Amino acid sequence: MDIFLQQLVNGLVLGSIYALVALGYTMVYGILGLINFAHGDICMIGALTALAVAQALAALGLPPPLVLGLAALAAVVVCCTLGVSIERVAYRPLRRAPRLAPLITAIGVSILLQYSAALIWGKQYLSMPELVKPTDISVGGVHLTDLQAFIFVLACAIMAGLLWFIRSTRAGRAMRATEQNPDVAGLMGVNVNHVIALTFLLGSAVGAVAGMMVVLYYGIGHYFMGFMLGLKAFTAAVLGGIGNVAGAMLGGLLLGVVESLATGYIGDLTGGVLGSNYRDIFAFLVLILVLVFRPSGLLGERVADRA
Amino acid sequence: MIRIPTVPTALAFALALMLSGCGREAPKPAATGPVTVKIGSASPLTGPQAHIGIDIRNGVQLAIEDANAANVEIGGRKVKFEMVAEDDEANPTKATTVAQKLVDSKVAGVVGHFNSGASIPASKIYSDAGIPQISPSSTNPKYTLQGFKTAFRVVAHDDQQGPTLGKYATEKLKAKTIAVIDDSTAYGQGLADAFEKTVKAAGAKVVAREHTTDKDTDFKAILTRIRGRKPDLVMFGGIDPQAGPMVRQMAELGIKAKFMGGDGMQTPNFIKLAGNASEGAMASIPGLPKEEMPGGKAFLEKYKTKFKAEVELFAPMGYDAVMVFIDSMKRAGSTDPAKFLPEVGKTRYQGVIGPIAFDSKGDLVDGPITIYVVKGGKWVAQETVTPGAVGAKK
Repeated sequence: MDIFLQQLVNGLVLGSIYALVALGYTMVYGILGLINFAHGDICMIGALTALAVAQALAALGLPPPLVLGLAALAAVVVCCTLGVSIERVAYRPLRRAPRLAPLITAIGVSILLQYSAALIWGKQYLSMPELVKPTDISVGGVHLTDLQAFIFVLACAIMAGLLWFIRSTRAGRAMRATEQNPDVAGLMGVNVNHVIALTFLLGSAVGAVAGMMVVLYYGIGHYFMGFMLGLKAFTAAVLGGIGNVAGAMLGGLLLGVVESLATGYIGDLTGGVLGSNYRDIFAFLVLILVLVFRPSGLLGERVADRA
Repeated sequence: MIRIPTVPTALAFALALMLSGCGREAPKPAATGPVTVKIGSASPLTGPQAHIGIDIRNGVQLAIEDANAANVEIGGRKVKFEMVAEDDEANPTKATTVAQKLVDSKVAGVVGHFNSGASIPASKIYSDAGIPQISPSSTNPKYTLQGFKTAFRVVAHDDQQGPTLGKYATEKLKAKTIAVIDDSTAYGQGLADAFEKTVKAAGAKVVAREHTTDKDTDFKAILTRIRGRKPDLVMFGGIDPQAGPMVRQMAELGIKAKFMGGDGMQTPNFIKLAGNASEGAMASIPGLPKEEMPGGKAFLEKYKTKFKAEVELFAPMGYDAVMVFIDSMKRAGSTDPAKFLPEVGKTRYQGVIGPIAFDSKGDLVDGPITIYVVKGGKWVAQETVTPGAVGAKK
């Protein structure tokens, strides 16, 4: 039983990171109808920036909380600049183009980001300095470190904050209006370009934090890490209903738990035919099942009107 | 009365053979001046593995300079050795091009390549040309299993490493329950399989056999499963980008079991990636620690004076490979690969790395394997094991 609970905890922590990345996909999709395949790589840039800054500052001997704070700040600033610039340069000129054009551009941007990162940081695995030794805060037989708890709580707080922002602020209302109909929102005095830039800004900031969580959690980062992270988060967004912010959160958490439990029990379930190296099957099995049986996702309402 | 005439006959026969041998070499001009013999060196000289490749080339160069200084005579003639160094970029395709280039420039023997992935495709070209090849470092068993008479190596191979780790786990660490993980690659899985077989035969229980990939960094789920089985030891067949985070996550999950792996994780990078959790982790690496090689100290100093750098890893093997060639040429009395190749297989040479002899496949007999352990954030040599029972007898 405690193994089951442990897998559940592992899954929730992993899922909260997926959820944060999924938010970036779903917000952009909600407003532009674009699947921003470069988003996973923006998270990667955030992760590697945080890692590089942390390495440099830790070498100077600054106190760990300050190092982490500055690393997070640097990651968020870099990613926000990057996200907004990408939108301005790569997506805005194509806003009225056929849907396939920005999608292909997104893939191009993704490759550009990966190989720029490979040039800057090299292709080897980079290690995050162990700034704070994680303290064990086990409950019963379930092992939990303060780092895991911190990641989970922070992720939940960011999600709650984002939901509040979209539901209750003026800018959030402008976002929702743009999502419903950009042309009409423009007629009503909403600066659509600003709203879209803001969406990319928010998505990239959250993505940067998620990327930093990954390097903190696993202690390792490299230029290709955004690819799988992006695909999993995309799956989470589809699972929750792409375009739906609450859905992305639910989808992320659910996907993390499914993956963790499946990896833990796949050997027993298949009688040893499939080993735990087939863990990625589950994320994509979920993606296929959702697309076949409930294309609008768990919380999604409409999908067809934009297709 | 029957034997007496046979001796002079045999003598006469041998004399005739030798004479005919001389006769064939005679057309070469300048019987007075030294003959030049080229030795090839093939390793990555550019790219991320360049430091290891250059290390091998330096070892070859040092050997050739030493041999020339010693005024080696082969078959009664003075020989001057010359190195032809080529860069295979650690790339299997480039390796075959380089191999052909070396064959075309008529080298007598080749020291290389560094990577198994390069040595294996190149070995066919050397075999077709009948030129002996000694790899200083390729550990993939397949290299010597292709049936090529020209392929030799002066390191222990992976199939010897797994059993050695297994023996160490059961005999020295007294592990009774063991969890085995691999990264689903030829190297990782091969190592883990060989390890598993050995520990099972020794009576230990393999309580979990898990797989991951060489791209994954999240092992929480499989480690949680393993934690439930309470093993004494976790063995991982794979390389440092996985081993590092794995050890870190083991600590986070409160797994107290010891951790060990193969040479793929015996790197400074592993310690960096694993952080404090790396303490106490064990890994094996073929060969003796360079300081403990029989000719180690002198070699390290000579190398340092010559190249103003420390030996990385395989320079002593590269040095010995050249010496094995020269030794075989001396015994064959010829620098012709066709003549001295059979002698390479019969080598009994005391090199920098220790005694060198090859089995029928061309593998180093009783190649030593050293177990290292992380102590105070550094890999420290713990114990050297000779896989005597495993290394095939000649």
